[in-house]
Amino acid sequence: MNAKIDIALTLNGEAVTGRAEPRMLASDFIRDVLLMTGTHVGCEQGVCGACTIRFNGVVARSCLLFAAQLDGAVVETVESLAAPQDLNDIQKAFRKHHALQCGFCTPGFLMTVSEILQTLPLSTDHEIRDALSGNLCRCTGYEHIVRAVRDLVNQRDGVQA
Amino acid sequence: MNDAAIPKDIRSAPAPETSRPKYIGERVQRLEDPRLLTGTGRYTADIRFDRMVHLAFVRSDQAHARILGIDTDDAATFPGVIAVLTAQDFSEIPDLVAPSRMKNYHPTHCPVLARDTVRYVGEPVAVVVASDRYLAEDAANAVVVDYEPLGASSDPAAALLGDAVLLHDEVPGNLVLERSFATGDAGSAIAGAAHVVEGRFRLRRKSPMAMEPRAYVADYDRGRDALTLYGATQIPGVVRDELAKLLDIAGNRIRVIAPDVGGGFGGKGSLYPEEIIVAALARRLARPVKYVSDRLEDLTSTSQGFDEYVEARLAFDDDGMFIALEAEVIGDIGAYSIYPWTAALEPVQVASFLPGPYKTPHYRGRVRGVCTPKPPTGPYRGVGRPMAVFALERLVDMAAQKLDMDRAEIRRRNMVQPDEFPHRIGSGIIWNHSGFTECLDAAVKAVDYAGFKARQIAAREQGRWIGLGIGSYAELTGIGSRIAVAPGMPINTGNETATVRIDATGAVIATFATASHGQSLETTLAQIVAEELGVRPQDVQIVQGDTGMTAHGTGTYASRSAVIGGGAAIITTRALLKKVKRVAGRLFDVDPDRVETGDGEIYVPGTNHRIGFDELARAVYSDMATLPLAARETLESQENYDPVLGTTTSSTHIAEVEIDPETLSIRLTRFVVAEDCGRMINPQVVDGQVHGGVVQGIGVALLEELEFDATGQLLSASLADYLIPTSAESPHIEVIHLETVLPDNPGGFRGMGEGGTIGAPAAIANAVADALAHLGIGISELPITPSKLHRLIAAKNLTKDRE
Repeated sequence: MNAKIDIALTLNGEAVTGRAEPRMLASDFIRDVLLMTGTHVGCEQGVCGACTIRFNGVVARSCLLFAAQLDGAVVETVESLAAPQDLNDIQKAFRKHHALQCGFCTPGFLMTVSEILQTLPLSTDHEIRDALSGNLCRCTGYEHIVRAVRDLVNQRDGVQA
Repeated sequence: MNDAAIPKDIRSAPAPETSRPKYIGERVQRLEDPRLLTGTGRYTADIRFDRMVHLAFVRSDQAHARILGIDTDDAATFPGVIAVLTAQDFSEIPDLVAPSRMKNYHPTHCPVLARDTVRYVGEPVAVVVASDRYLAEDAANAVVVDYEPLGASSDPAAALLGDAVLLHDEVPGNLVLERSFATGDAGSAIAGAAHVVEGRFRLRRKSPMAMEPRAYVADYDRGRDALTLYGATQIPGVVRDELAKLLDIAGNRIRVIAPDVGGGFGGKGSLYPEEIIVAALARRLARPVKYVSDRLEDLTSTSQGFDEYVEARLAFDDDGMFIALEAEVIGDIGAYSIYPWTAALEPVQVASFLPGPYKTPHYRGRVRGVCTPKPPTGPYRGVGRPMAVFALERLVDMAAQKLDMDRAEIRRRNMVQPDEFPHRIGSGIIWNHSGFTECLDAAVKAVDYAGFKARQIAAREQGRWIGLGIGSYAELTGIGSRIAVAPGMPINTGNETATVRIDATGAVIATFATASHGQSLETTLAQIVAEELGVRPQDVQIVQGDTGMTAHGTGTYASRSAVIGGGAAIITTRALLKKVKRVAGRLFDVDPDRVETGDGEIYVPGTNHRIGFDELARAVYSDMATLPLAARETLESQENYDPVLGTTTSSTHIAEVEIDPETLSIRLTRFVVAEDCGRMINPQVVDGQVHGGVVQGIGVALLEELEFDATGQLLSASLADYLIPTSAESPHIEVIHLETVLPDNPGGFRGMGEGGTIGAPAAIANAVADALAHLGIGISELPITPSKLHRLIAAKNLTKDRE
């Protein structure tokens, strides 16, 4: 019943394979089998957003996917963004605006922000708050996260702050 | 001085000389960020070892029941299962007991696994050890526990009645603690007063709800009989000290490490049965053991917060001057008195902080802590003060309303005035100088306070309900050894030892017993050391959260780390700087007092004497020719700092709300905080702490409630039911910083990690009451939700109909 299956995917640009029981959650597979621990698990019910990844280019809750669903997929996790010594613009904006404290929710926020910057106008702070509302943060009160995203939207749109 | 020691090409142009402070007070970007932004942090759940086994706990599904039998036979045959263990397998581990010197306190006995009786839903009853977590959970589901329900009141007032079922044999009448405070004669003063307002206030039970659920990994070194426990904890020092006792291991063979920790808010600030079991099993099985709780377990077995009733009355004269305050506090402490804080921590602070920032001559407060079959309560951000401030600030608004007096003015005239510090309040707490009235005035000035009434009237004419509320408070932070964080607690939380060292390469390492879990201490403590030593913050490595590095220390909680850890950082670095100057003076052949440091260089102003810390280190440690043996002082200092008493932080919060008359949804439209936390180490970090605290306060006021049914079952046991604020419910938060008079400690710092959660609930409750004033509805219970508002309005209408 719990026989393991082979799962082959592209993870952060690299072809990888792993074996897992079909029932294993994608979040656990990424962390415990593929050993990419930047994706965090906060609720396993799709509420908190800490486990957010890009699944075939679209943000998804990896705790609401089975590992088996990753077979043949293109997956990006927080590790795809940039290295500690060379942060990308989103990471730099988060650092500049102190948009993280304990950092546990941060990978999920970064993955969400990387998508909404591409897909939404985010012309008001209200829109930014709505777009971020699927990711929970218990430390920052969101204020600095909103400021970081506002800065990124302004950079994207060529608006002077 | 041997000039050959200085490479001329690097040192030829003297750098501009520095003036201080240079880093304290600056918005230095956080040093912990690069790893946390790239998925390269290391949280406990990320840690793995070869041959590691995984635990799943079988938890009680009954609130109060006798265990008649536990059948583990089936579970033991499941694939991957190594062991299924119950209380009898841990008989050598003493029960967890939180002692206190407090009178009228009855500690409880909490076994690491329930022995004969379970006392809350979620209490661990058995544990499965298996080769992976999935298999461990499969087997845990197959463990059958036979219970005989014992009943018990889940309501604390009912649990105090004479015929109530007793939860613990050793706790008569379910009364775990009782304490009274009195100054003057509140009873007579109230009886003789011109005016009295009163209310029965209720703050519902919360979950600290850190984003990272609790997790522990233990690694056992068989050859050395040494144990290392990695844990999502705020108090590695407390855990190490107690584990050494419980497991009977010398402290030098048990090391507790808090790696990156994903938030705590008090929930990771107590000792838990799970971490004891993880450590004990690693030694017993002689292999690494891992346990990561899931969200359901976190919501049911991590310590919970608040949960009190306060019946209080406030007496005042025609001018609105407060005369007397009287309160009865009943705290629902849950099933056990938690280690190390005891169940006294939260409810006693409600009574001791109730008088607030005001001069009220007569006070009487009595607090009773009652055990009920619910998860234990423990520290949660604000501890006691969110309830105290909510109750008092509601009474203050009610008093203003009764006299038709301005709400800011009644506060202003009753607050301790700038020339009246220090001031002892009726519970015995002494406020030292802090900006009570200044914060109130700054917050009132920031909002259009004077114009609000007109806006409110105009809005009501349009059918819109808007309200403004004030919440003013004072708190004690950075508490030294003379005042225990919790009453009568036998562990010392009042000091901090820092070790600052320059190694053989010239790099700076500063070690503390703090345990940052989001507070940015890797940056702020580095700023302090850098400032004092004359290097850059990024050149300072902060080591903390590792008991292998410190002799004693407790951790990070109770708004203590910046004040006490920062104080230790200052005095220790100053001691080290003296050594640096002495050695450099010898190298330069000048008086050590002429030596200065800055930006990583050691120099004598007005001369070409200038070296790096690397060269100083080489001269001391490696180069045996430059300095005589006697002058090669070890470049390391260690000092202890104990503020003895505490320092007072004060603030006023102002909330504006709009309530939709149709849906009764409550929307925050403005939030202003004016606070005095003394000198800021990093203003951006201070802002972040205030924002986060305020939003947790919004959760307290409007959303978060651990709701139990009459049998003690938790009804809000997922994040879909236990709602914390998202970005959509959170308003833009304005923060005004005041630095009135600096406190008398080395850095002039006041603690400020909790304040946001202390002031916000009261301000929001007052704003909601103000918005509903035309309906004659007061707010006496938080959280206030649309459905509760609906019931209040319906009840009011019913009363009106009857009239």
